[in-house]
Amino acid sequence: MSNKEAKKNIGKKEIKEKFQGIYFLASVSFLYLLLFILNPKDTEKAIKASAAVFIHILPALLFVIFLMAIMNYFIKPKSVLKYVGKGSGIKGWFLAICMGVLSHGPIYAWYPLLSDLRKQGMKIGLVAVFLYTRAIKIPLLPLLVYYFGISFVVILAGYMIIASILQGHIIQKIER
Amino acid sequence: MKNEKQNDGKKGIVVSFYKAFKSFGATFPIMLGILLILGLFRTFVPKEMLLSVFTGDTFQSTVMGALIGSIFTGNAVTSYIIGGELIKEDVSLIAVTAFIVAWVTVGIVQLPAEAAILGRRFAWLRNILAFVFSILVSIATIITLMVV
Repeated sequence: MSNKEAKKNIGKKEIKEKFQGIYFLASVSFLYLLLFILNPKDTEKAIKASAAVFIHILPALLFVIFLMAIMNYFIKPKSVLKYVGKGSGIKGWFLAICMGVLSHGPIYAWYPLLSDLRKQGMKIGLVAVFLYTRAIKIPLLPLLVYYFGISFVVILAGYMIIASILQGHIIQKIER
Repeated sequence: MKNEKQNDGKKGIVVSFYKAFKSFGATFPIMLGILLILGLFRTFVPKEMLLSVFTGDTFQSTVMGALIGSIFTGNAVTSYIIGGELIKEDVSLIAVTAFIVAWVTVGIVQLPAEAAILGRRFAWLRNILAFVFSILVSIATIITLMVV
């Protein structure tokens, strides 16, 4: 599949996902309506429970949006991948980790860019590292800390970086 | 010239905030739906039924957490919210950790796109390794937390 075709398919996928979200919410709302007819007291309890969770996490969610905006402003995808594409040796692995952590947006947008870099010589192991460390999302850390505590988050992030390196090496050896 | 740069900078910040809201807004319907489902679980589903999915056995629960996390996809925020609520329902932290790690690292839904663009063998290998590592990472994280 050419990159142009892939980008077109990705655009269609993103639109499909958007509508799936709305259908999902509509289905859950319909379920609530049915339950409200059958058991209004407990359904009201369920709505209050959902609202309580939402209010608790709202400050963290707003901070997440703020961090996402900061990252959108300072970090542009093409310049991110420019550095990873040039990397080799330990520097390359380090760059792949950093750029994976700093990257943002839907994964579908990154696949064609990574494919281009592969054609330009980026190691397959670095692609794996980049994709894995994308799981460490800096803007979302406040919410993770809120639920699980800072020690948990720091230790988890550390092990995920180690896992990304191990995975990258394994894939590099097999796919070489 | 200076004013033009300042205006471009302000415009850039506004565009960045708009993109962040738009990106978050795209996942908001799903997040709201998940929050409403969590409310239903809290009210209508007995705790025992929920915990029966995550058995008393640590390793089994961890594998189950990783399996469920692998199947689901979407914004990681959703997995943190679900994970946090599972913890409140006394599901083990190790199983919840495997769940949230697998959610963000394993992409069954994205697999076809990844395979088409980056290669089928690479996509399968990466996702299988990510699944295995989600279990290993969760075990390592919890053991380290206990020691520290």
